[in-house]
Amino acid sequence: MKTKKIQDIARKLLKEKKVDVVIGFEKGTLPSSATPCFIRNPDEVDRLIWNSFCGNNLANYLPKRKDKIGIVAKGCDSRSIVVLIQENQIKREQLYIIGIPCDGMTDKNNVLHDYCLICEHKNPVIYDVLVGEKVKENKAQRHPEGLRDTKWQKIEDFEKKSSSDKWKYLESELSKCIRCNACRNACPTCYCKECFIDQEKPRWVGTTNNLSDIIFFHLGRIFHQAGRCTDCGACVRACPMNIDLRQFTQKITKDGETLFDYETGLDIDVKPPFATFKEDDSEDFIK
Amino acid sequence: MNKNSKFRAKIRQPKIIAFLCNWCSYAGADLAGISRLQYPPNVRVIRVPCSGRMNPLYIIRALQHGVDGVLVSGCHPGDCHYITGNYYARRKFAIINSLLQYVGIEKERVHFSWVSASEGGKFAEVIKQVTEDVKKLGPAKKLVKKI
Repeated sequence: MKTKKIQDIARKLLKEKKVDVVIGFEKGTLPSSATPCFIRNPDEVDRLIWNSFCGNNLANYLPKRKDKIGIVAKGCDSRSIVVLIQENQIKREQLYIIGIPCDGMTDKNNVLHDYCLICEHKNPVIYDVLVGEKVKENKAQRHPEGLRDTKWQKIEDFEKKSSSDKWKYLESELSKCIRCNACRNACPTCYCKECFIDQEKPRWVGTTNNLSDIIFFHLGRIFHQAGRCTDCGACVRACPMNIDLRQFTQKITKDGETLFDYETGLDIDVKPPFATFKEDDSEDFIK
Repeated sequence: MNKNSKFRAKIRQPKIIAFLCNWCSYAGADLAGISRLQYPPNVRVIRVPCSGRMNPLYIIRALQHGVDGVLVSGCHPGDCHYITGNYYARRKFAIINSLLQYVGIEKERVHFSWVSASEGGKFAEVIKQVTEDVKKLGPAKKLVKKI
C-alpha cells in the first residue's frame, strides 16, 4: 500500500520536475533487507519500496546538497532533517518531504529494534505530504518531576552503579571497537568536513586502537551529539562489533531534556541547547 | 614493588591542570600570588582566552595524558569579558560533567569554578580544595594512555 503511494508521489514529483532526485529505499541484495536508493528518472520509480527493513536514516544523505530533493522520512528521519535545517546544512525550500508514519523497524530476524520500542515520535514532525494515516504516539508515562518513566529506565539503572562498575562496562564494550568510524559515518548529524579525530594540525586526538584513544573518540563523538541525537539507532545498526553505543548516547539525550528542557528536532524555530542559554541555568556543580 | 618505588609512591604529589580564563581566573591567580597567599603547588595553569573557549574534550585529553585532576575556571556569570562566553560554557560543562560521571570518572577528578579577578583568596581556597579532593582519590588510572 505505502509502497504504491510512495511510487505515485515520486513519479509525480519527478515528472513535474519539482525535485531532481528522490531518496528512498529499494529492495536490498539480501533477503529481509532494504537499501537506500536515489531515483532521478520517473521510469525508475518502481524500484522504490517500503517495508519494515527501511531502518536507515536517509537524512544522512542531505548535508551540503545543492539540488532539490524529495526524501522519504520516518519519524526519526524527519527529526534529523529538522536538526540539519537548524544547522544550515540544507534549506527547507530544497526539500520535499514524503512523511511516513512508522510502526517501528525490524532487524533481519523480524524483531523490533529496541530504540523503536521506546520511540515517542513515530509520526514525522515535518512533512509536505503524508503517506497513510498517522499512528498513535506511544508517550511513555511521566514522573511527577517530568522525568520519563520507561524511556530512561536503562540509563537510570546505569547511573546508580558505582563508578568502577560503570568504567568496567565502558571498557568491556569499547574494547570491542575496531575504529572503523562506521558509527560516525552512519550518523546523519556527523557531517563535519574535518572531524575532530581527523584534525592534523596539530594531531591532538590519537587515532590508534589503544583503548584510551578509543574511549576518547567515543566520548568525543557522544559529546558532539548533545542536543542533536534523535536516537534513530543509525550508529548501532552500523556497528560491526555490536557495541552498545546507545547506553551512552541516550544519556546525552536525557541530559538535554532534563537539564535544558530541550527535545531534539521537533521545531525548527527553537534554538538547540548549545546555541542559546538561560541566565538561571543550573550550576550546582560549579564552585 | 621495591623499596625505592614504594618511597616514591608515598611522596608522589598529584598533578592538576587548571584551565583559567584570561580575564578573571588568571588574574585571580595572579592576585593570589601578589598577595602572598599560600596554596598547594600541584597545579599547572593553562591560560585560555575565555571559559567559552574551553573545548570540553580538553578535559578528557588532559586526563588521557595522565593528570590526576582538572580544574576549569572562568568569570562569574554576567561578568564575562565577551559578555556571554561563560553562559555557553556553563551548558557545555554541565553536559560533559554529567557524561564523565556517567562513564565512571570520579566526581572529584574534574572541578569547575567561577573565580573573579579580585578573588585571590577564593582562588587559593579552590586550589586547596581541589588538591585535597584529588589527593584522596590517588593517582588517576582510568583513561590514562599507556604506551
